Amino acid sequence: MSAIPFPAPPVDTDAVIALRSEFRAFLDQQLGHRTPRQRSDNWYGFSREFSLAMGQAGYLGMTWPKQYGGHERSAFERAVIVEESLAFGAPVGAHWIADRQSGPSIIKFGTDAQKETILPRIAKGELAFGIGMSEPDSGSDLAATRTKAVRDGDLYRVTGTKVWTSFAHEADYVILFCRTSGTPADRHAGTSQLLIDLKNTPGLTIKPIIDLAGQHHFNEMHFEDAAVPAGNLLGQEGDGWNQVMSELAFERSGPERFLSSIELMYQLIAMLQGKDSDAALITLGRLTGQLAVLRRLSRSVAGMLQNKQDAGLQAAIVKDVGAVWEQVLPDVARTLIDAEADPRSQKAYAGVLANIVHNAPSWSLRGGTREILRGIIARGLGTR
Amino acid sequence: MLAEMIERLLDRNLDDTAQAQARSGEWLPQLWSEVEEMGLPLALLTEVQGGFGLSFAEAGEALRLLGRHAMPLPVAETMAANQLLANAGLPLAEGPAGLARGDDINVDGVRLFGRAERVSWGENLDCLALAVGETLYRIPRSGWALAEPGTALNFHPRPSLMIDWTVDASAALPYCPLAAGATVRAFQIAGALEACLDLTLDHTSTRVQFGKALQKFQVVQHELAKLAGELACATAAADLAGEALARGDLRGVAAGSLRAREAAGNGAAIATQMHGAIGFTREHRLHLYTTSLWTWRDEFGGQVSWAKLLGQAALDAGEAGYWPMVTQL
Repeated sequence: MSAIPFPAPPVDTDAVIALRSEFRAFLDQQLGHRTPRQRSDNWYGFSREFSLAMGQAGYLGMTWPKQYGGHERSAFERAVIVEESLAFGAPVGAHWIADRQSGPSIIKFGTDAQKETILPRIAKGELAFGIGMSEPDSGSDLAATRTKAVRDGDLYRVTGTKVWTSFAHEADYVILFCRTSGTPADRHAGTSQLLIDLKNTPGLTIKPIIDLAGQHHFNEMHFEDAAVPAGNLLGQEGDGWNQVMSELAFERSGPERFLSSIELMYQLIAMLQGKDSDAALITLGRLTGQLAVLRRLSRSVAGMLQNKQDAGLQAAIVKDVGAVWEQVLPDVARTLIDAEADPRSQKAYAGVLANIVHNAPSWSLRGGTREILRGIIARGLGTR
Repeated sequence: MLAEMIERLLDRNLDDTAQAQARSGEWLPQLWSEVEEMGLPLALLTEVQGGFGLSFAEAGEALRLLGRHAMPLPVAETMAANQLLANAGLPLAEGPAGLARGDDINVDGVRLFGRAERVSWGENLDCLALAVGETLYRIPRSGWALAEPGTALNFHPRPSLMIDWTVDASAALPYCPLAAGATVRAFQIAGALEACLDLTLDHTSTRVQFGKALQKFQVVQHELAKLAGELACATAAADLAGEALARGDLRGVAAGSLRAREAAGNGAAIATQMHGAIGFTREHRLHLYTTSLWTWRDEFGGQVSWAKLLGQAALDAGEAGYWPMVTQL
């Protein structure tokens, strides 16, 4: 038996059902005024105001210890919040990475001081994080990292360049993956993680990388002999590889990796009202069946996380299959409705379609390229 | 437990010769009597109804195993037909049974007359659970004759039947036989895809080309990953359909059934391609599964009718109601 097992997802308890409806009401109250085009930004929308409201209402750091500002709720309840946020196109950018991976990494590896100063502020929605992994010569091959941190008394002196850092120009911190000894030829050895205060690190400059949609999410972070307090070391010096793999597991095992283009589905349904054809019904039916099954797989992953099972392989499958669904949607929509997409249009459909077409290519790149994910799955099948 | 019994039974009685007999349209009486002896036809019934009272997971596992072994008898249909008959309060089948809808069948007083289209092993069945409108009829073997022979893509007989029967057993329809059939087919599809993945992993680990096993090639690994994804989707889709059927939600049955039907085609294509030419022959066992996948994905309401049902539900839910609808499937 070589199938990769997906256990049946947990049954929605009354508490989960209540949480879902309470959170839907919260989203509607906070964000009900936003346009379809705004909602279609999905997880790359950034709103400090919304993240603060999320924190205040207790929807951030949901699974964390109360001691650090968390709410000690279940991983499955957190998954409900994540799923509903994305389905509503909420602008989650100012808490997304901190809540998903940076906070959990700090809980796992941080010092007491780091936990006490940072975690409660993430849970309040005050601190936004970026990811400090990729470099110009080190994308999927993370072990080729070159950014160097040299210990100098109470400081690390950091030199190097990181790229694709979403919201570095707005965020407060990144967790930097870097080399504290040796050379890239040493691969996994000699690497570490440092907490970088983006607003207060002399020697750090942040430059925009404009994406093909003309939007500024990505940045290049350039460190030139940048001074980072030695107390900002996360975990153990030299243990960076294990730590960054753990952080990636938090990133990749999220159950949410298939909803990036959901607003286009809503707008497609709106456009087809009153002019439905057999072709339209058949297409909507097939897309809905695919979506429902993806969601079931994703809930199965959430259940595994809740039971503290390793869901890395299952999450890779959800993301691989899910990214195909997200990406194919604009092409499927084009088989039903003649429309010229327009990124500046005030019309819902043309504007949303443009945003989705422009951004869709990135969904099989971020958080592990399609090729890397399929390699992970193939290894899980015992092929290498 | 039941799974082990099924495995043992099929290891003992279902070899390539039996599969070839079924392909030429021969009924396998010995295998059927073993199936009956095990009580499999009653496997989906509750204990009160005289069944095993299996958990949902156990029943799903049993149905997947039928697919995993390309069972060449209408066992899944009989299980589903008995469940439907029991839920309607009608007598159970006393042998193999079929499921059908016959909305063009004439109901004239107590006489039913008309065709039931393409019923697997129709001439070998003991009875038929037939829905006409909102009524379920239990039609015994004496109530039909062959209308037209037919053959499924896996070469099992699938004749159309001429029903001519004076009603002596009917009840209000608890749920659509097509939904029951589509659900068991989804489980069988998941099972057959498990077999496809196993065979493909086995083939690509032993077949050497250009000096290395096929599965050492990255391009092959990526196809294997896609096949594992289709299998995961089919398995989840079957479970989704099964749960939906249990609560009487046709939209959920449609969602699960549709995705399983797609996985059948996608998965069979990858498995065949990864086997190379041998996968296109009857010399290799893969064809038992691929031809069954191609058969099952079109039965009990095709992809079009199920997709239209679910598509209409999506359209009716509208822009704002769509996501809440999806979370109920």
